Amino acid sequence: MSKILENLRYSKDHEWVRIDGQRAFVGITDHAQAELGEIVYVELPPVGERYEQGEEISTVESVKAASPIVNPVEGVVVEANENLDGSPELINEDCYANHLYVLSPFDQSQYDGLMSADEYATFLASL
Amino acid sequence: MIYPYIPHTDADRRAMLKAIGVESIDDLFSGLGADLLLEDSVPISHGRTEDEVQRMIDSIAQRNVRGIPFLGCGCYDHITPATVRALSSLPSFVTAYTPYQAEMSQGLLQAIYEFQSMICEITGLDVANASLYDGANAAVEAASLMLAAKRKSRVVLVSETIHPFALKVLNTWALGTEHSITLIPQLDGTADLEKLESMLGDEVAGLIVQTPNRYGLLEDYTSVAERLHANGSLLTISADPLSLAIQKSPAEWGADIAIGDTQALGLPLAFGGPSCGYMAVSQALLRRIPGRVVGATVDSQGRRGYTLTLQAREQHIKRERATSNICSNQALAALMTTIHLSSLGWGGMVEAAQQSYAKAHYLAYHLAQLPGVTLVWDKPFWCEFPLVFSDAKRMRKFLQELRNEGIFAGVRLSSLTRKSADELVLLVAVTEKRSREELELYLAAARRVLK
Repeated sequence: MSKILENLRYSKDHEWVRIDGQRAFVGITDHAQAELGEIVYVELPPVGERYEQGEEISTVESVKAASPIVNPVEGVVVEANENLDGSPELINEDCYANHLYVLSPFDQSQYDGLMSADEYATFLASL
Repeated sequence: MIYPYIPHTDADRRAMLKAIGVESIDDLFSGLGADLLLEDSVPISHGRTEDEVQRMIDSIAQRNVRGIPFLGCGCYDHITPATVRALSSLPSFVTAYTPYQAEMSQGLLQAIYEFQSMICEITGLDVANASLYDGANAAVEAASLMLAAKRKSRVVLVSETIHPFALKVLNTWALGTEHSITLIPQLDGTADLEKLESMLGDEVAGLIVQTPNRYGLLEDYTSVAERLHANGSLLTISADPLSLAIQKSPAEWGADIAIGDTQALGLPLAFGGPSCGYMAVSQALLRRIPGRVVGATVDSQGRRGYTLTLQAREQHIKRERATSNICSNQALAALMTTIHLSSLGWGGMVEAAQQSYAKAHYLAYHLAQLPGVTLVWDKPFWCEFPLVFSDAKRMRKFLQELRNEGIFAGVRLSSLTRKSADELVLLVAVTEKRSREELELYLAAARRVLK
């Protein structure tokens, strides 16, 4: 059973979003990291660029696949998690403590439209 | 004796038919239905014997006109050490297809790894791939890479002075896509990079330039990389790899991508191909380089070994999102380049490049003294230069008369570009292989014709 945190919002592409003040942290879910397997590389998005909701923003490579990260809410990338540069396995170790990037400002209404933890659990069960 | 190409004898065929339980070939096909079967034999002439075919081909080959080549335009007659042909003809190299069970083919992987290492050393860049089909193919891959590396870009600036064929392939590639190729015009034989400022915008992914360029002229890229990088765009420099022994490397110019054709390094003229393209990129573009990349590693017992690496870029994993659809390389030709470079070493490479330079300049200097021809642009060149004639008739006469004396005097640029503006331009290439006597023969003939 995948780990799902209560206080986050989730997308159908298996990204989580956590809000901290004016900033939205984006990462991939436990389900996504488990499906990918051992992660060997994370391509981080360029800081300062605005990405729309649903736009492909980066790529996560594992030993068996390369998967696009689909941006869950529109916003401007203000920070990319440089820790992942040399240690992509951090995502496998704790996907919720290791975000990919931070958006600020971001679209609050799109965030509100994402799935709650319960809704994401139901969504996962339906797959 | 007549040896048929098909090794099966009538007895073999009878035995095979018997084994599957039919009497004859007609019985075997009887299930197909009469309307699908040919009633008469196929209307082609009867086969020829091996000896007859050999004679036919020999007689065609004899129609070749031999001469001393001063031909270039991307394909040059350099000295190739005998080791190249001897080693690269080993059946284990000649018959090897692309290694599908890659790690079983340690010998081939090592050869590719050495090739990559040499390309990195020559270009000064960090990462090279296992080769591409040719220089024009490498130009397209560079354009594609630059577009992928810059978000929302759609334009690639290309100097009008790159090889005409590379430009043609780039235009073909861009046709029908959302990408476009915008030309940087030439000024006096080299790319007019002052124009760059007004052409740089958000949509520009990068620039492709070539030195020595299509006229053989060397181009100056001072501050070009800086201007591009300030715009978030990349710089690709295409260069004859042998010229890099004596001119500034792409890395020294600040290029992000180096491309070109390795023909000058160990590949025969062979009527213009096959050749071998190379590409090297900066570390930042490691994940975006197209094609095969071989890496060195150690096995479970700590022994050095080679492996295909970074394959997440490739189409069998990334599908339509792959960095490129190139998933093969020109392994045998790349091997010939590798053996050539190993035989020459840096010293030999520098010597070949310097001699080509010296001999080309000797010929150019003396030709420039003659009436009816000029070197037009007073710009530095390496082993090839544009000789411009006062009129087309004079040029035709020059080519014909030198040919009568066994000299291929040069390539008419218009034969490649089909442009009337290039009609009076003859590109003359001189490599280290041309002897003093051959240069004097050329000059003596030129003096007679142009007097």
